[in-house]
Amino acid sequence: MRGAEPAWRRQVGDVPLFGLALLLSFLGLAMIFSAGQVDVPSVATGIWRHQLLWLAVALAAFAVVSRVPLRWLEWAAPGAYAAALGLLVLVLIVGTGPGGTRSWLDLGPARLQPAELAKLATILLLARILSGEQRAAEGLAALWKPVLVVLVPLALVLVQPDLGSALIFGVILIASLYWAGVPLATLFLLVSPGISLILGFSAVVWGIWIVVLAAFLYVHRPYLGESLGMLALNIATGALTLPLWSRLAPYQQDRLLVFLNPDADPRGSGWHLVQSKVAIGSGGLLGQGYLHGPQKRLAFLPEQHTDFIFSVVGEELGFLGVLVFLALLTWFLARTLRTAGSTPEPFGGIVTFSLFGVWFAHVLINIGMTVGLMPITGLPLPFLSYGGSFLVSVWAGLAIVERVSAEA
Amino acid sequence: MLVTCVLLLTGAFFRLQVLHSSSYELRSENNRLRAISVPAPRGTMYGRNGRIVAENVPGYSVSLLPGREDTVRATLSRLAPILGLSDQTQDALMKKYRALPQRPLLVSDDATFEEISSIEERRPEFRRAIVDMRPRRRYPDGRVVAHVVGYVGEISEAELQSPDFAGYDAGRIVGKAGLEREYEGTLGGEPGVRYVEVNALGSIVQEMGPGPAVAPVPGKDLTLGLDMDLQDYVDSIFPAGHRGGSVAVDPHTGEVLLFYSAPTYDPNDFVGGVDLDTWNALRTDSAKPLLNRVTGATYPPGSTWKPAVAVMAMRRGVVSIDEHMDIPCRGALRYGIRVWRCWKPDGHGSLSLAGAIQQSCDVYFYQLGMKLGLDPMMAGAARMHFGEPTGIDLPHEASGYFPTSRAWYDQRYGPRGWTESVVLNLAIGQGENQESLLQNAMLYDAIATGRPPIVPHLVRSQALTSRRVDWSLDLPERERKQLVDALVSVVNAEHGTAYPWRLQRWTAAGKTGTAQNPHGEPHSWFVGFAPAHDPDIVVASLVENGHPDNTTSLAVPFTMSVIRRYLEELHPAPADTAPDTGEARAGGTARERR
Repeated sequence: MRGAEPAWRRQVGDVPLFGLALLLSFLGLAMIFSAGQVDVPSVATGIWRHQLLWLAVALAAFAVVSRVPLRWLEWAAPGAYAAALGLLVLVLIVGTGPGGTRSWLDLGPARLQPAELAKLATILLLARILSGEQRAAEGLAALWKPVLVVLVPLALVLVQPDLGSALIFGVILIASLYWAGVPLATLFLLVSPGISLILGFSAVVWGIWIVVLAAFLYVHRPYLGESLGMLALNIATGALTLPLWSRLAPYQQDRLLVFLNPDADPRGSGWHLVQSKVAIGSGGLLGQGYLHGPQKRLAFLPEQHTDFIFSVVGEELGFLGVLVFLALLTWFLARTLRTAGSTPEPFGGIVTFSLFGVWFAHVLINIGMTVGLMPITGLPLPFLSYGGSFLVSVWAGLAIVERVSAEA
Repeated sequence: MLVTCVLLLTGAFFRLQVLHSSSYELRSENNRLRAISVPAPRGTMYGRNGRIVAENVPGYSVSLLPGREDTVRATLSRLAPILGLSDQTQDALMKKYRALPQRPLLVSDDATFEEISSIEERRPEFRRAIVDMRPRRRYPDGRVVAHVVGYVGEISEAELQSPDFAGYDAGRIVGKAGLEREYEGTLGGEPGVRYVEVNALGSIVQEMGPGPAVAPVPGKDLTLGLDMDLQDYVDSIFPAGHRGGSVAVDPHTGEVLLFYSAPTYDPNDFVGGVDLDTWNALRTDSAKPLLNRVTGATYPPGSTWKPAVAVMAMRRGVVSIDEHMDIPCRGALRYGIRVWRCWKPDGHGSLSLAGAIQQSCDVYFYQLGMKLGLDPMMAGAARMHFGEPTGIDLPHEASGYFPTSRAWYDQRYGPRGWTESVVLNLAIGQGENQESLLQNAMLYDAIATGRPPIVPHLVRSQALTSRRVDWSLDLPERERKQLVDALVSVVNAEHGTAYPWRLQRWTAAGKTGTAQNPHGEPHSWFVGFAPAHDPDIVVASLVENGHPDNTTSLAVPFTMSVIRRYLEELHPAPADTAPDTGEARAGGTARERR
């Protein structure tokens, strides 16, 4: 019966998912329009038109990418990855960005974030490598290839510096390995140096962690060399914490500190979080009304069109509005997850699950930071935050998911 | 995992938006609304005959909303050409801003309509400026009453800290001196509040509501006992170019009728902030125009204190009114190793106490002082509360001093640094004795009425009129009247020291004084009352260095004119007997200036 299906059915496997994405995109557009309705001159005024244009570009990208068979994508992955790395290096040389960072390529009328492209390319290459293996790797040493594929772009975005994107690369690695069947214990060992890095601030906590890790290694008994290696790596990263911290940009240090105590300096670093909570909290159950949030109107709410767009939702549409948006986003994520689970083909499955992991991380971290559950990392909210590169990358990713769904 | 995380997020939003919503709503309001104080009009002050002493006229103030330092400075420098702010003034304002960066900064409370108009025309440039209609203080006859009314000004940092101004906000205009300060609580009223909506940059977006959210409560009016016509009159006849003062009290009520200090200044200069040049000129002027010479300064009382010695001596039975001393006056008295001189080198001969008061004989009082003794004199002075403030309703009253015990002398000069002979000096009102004009007037009030004087007060009020001092002469009525007669003879008997300036229609009583002082020529005193036997006015005047030789006493003539003027006003003469000359006869040396 397949042959009788219309052509678009071979590209869009999951129509509700597409519908959800379209609905979220237009709701996002409405929120960006509201973000521009302020009483003070603001960059956010009128940018909804730009976002509308970007949405058109994103839908075009969707149309193009969804026509590409998965095999072709698998074949093109190394090339795309190489091109993305090239752009990441280029952006370090000629890039621009806020506060002296180098994360944007200025292309005249538009600005491109190579990191977004690099994330997609890395997902594709990882999926190609992992799906090519006969069986899932058991030991850590067998994972050198996927780890290297992720570490290179991760290091490049860290230099920009872009902490949020670096975090997403980590998510991509773990998500793809998990879907490829790597045991959880191995994944745990893989992330342990990262945990050491965080716990390194406190000698006592870090000491306990090392003991726990040693106990885990003793019980789980992987290869002796790997065990000792990971232990050494943990000790090394733990020791590196403080020197690395002092190399972070002050605004990044502030953001992490503010996460711990936002009220410490309400007009300084904590300003973002405090104002976001005030906006959301004052929204109450029903909100202040669409377009009418005073915190937003009077510019108390910072980055109201990008990082803190969800605070506008909270202030203007209230708890009920928040519930609607959360439900739509969850539904969207759940259907993506279902697609990953329903495909028998490893390449498509790993790509879909990785995309799910990335979007889920974006939603969780972005919305979490507006209420102080997560540190402020500058990760945009899919479909809602203003920003062209990310919108196009989400829709391009969605095209792959739809293709996976259609080919299943 | 997806479900867990979404539930976690939902829970966080539920907590913020449903459980703690009200506290965040409050913070949102606080974010966007700025309370601006609406000044209350101060109470008006009236003189006893209804003339206005202090009033309000429409004025404008300009303030800046709090914000970042460079923004405030930039706005100030844009305002400077409009409001005429010098660089110095701008620096002073920035200093004020840094002290209280969270409060609106009062830039000017004395802006003209033209200045306000040009700010309003260029509103987009001045989005942080608040223009307020605010009542501005005006003193129609400021110079004449400067030391009584005082003046108003913006509350200082030190005042904000003080408990007297608890609950006051920065930028508020408060009484700084005189009655304005003393009655701040009555005159000041309660400021209201209005709200403006501001954005995150601190610029005003809009006014909230048609009027203030809390209306200001105007200050209460005050009626003074001060006779403004008399005040004007003294100002016109006070010896030109001289320093000094004059104070008059109604002994029936304790109301202060006259309160004049020269030289004076214009308190209107202080409203809206005194400019630096004016302030420096006032402060460095050697004549000290800011000094209140009636209650804020003390002088040796000189001969005007002799009646006090007479009262103490008569009370102890040491002397009677017609008693002579052992040694008649030959111009000086030898005591110890010193010769103590009388002011009259030719001597007065042998005098009774009445005659010694009339002619102010020093030799008589030297002997009376010794007869009385140092300890009884100190006890007597303490009994009449010399060296203590009168309790008038003005801030910063000087208390003067009088020795209280031998220990007082020991402390001042050392146990062997002084001798019994100090009593000779004290007996003629010299030495360790400092009194204000008002304190001296209280002594004569007590002599004139025979009762404890009513505590002098500037504001007319029943409550204040019922407050009397807790001392009296404690002298039998017969002896008090003898003393009054002696004071009458000072003015009305041929050899009296004030005889040349006696009044035609009234019998005045009083005492002249010539106070030696370390600052040059003797001060000229006159303290008296009239009509002598049922006084309507007690007055004390002093002209600093106003007694350059033994014949001219600058304080007497103008004080007599004050008494005459007040009594004529109080008891107008029947038309047919209206005095045509009115002037004191033989007033050849009277230096009246018209």
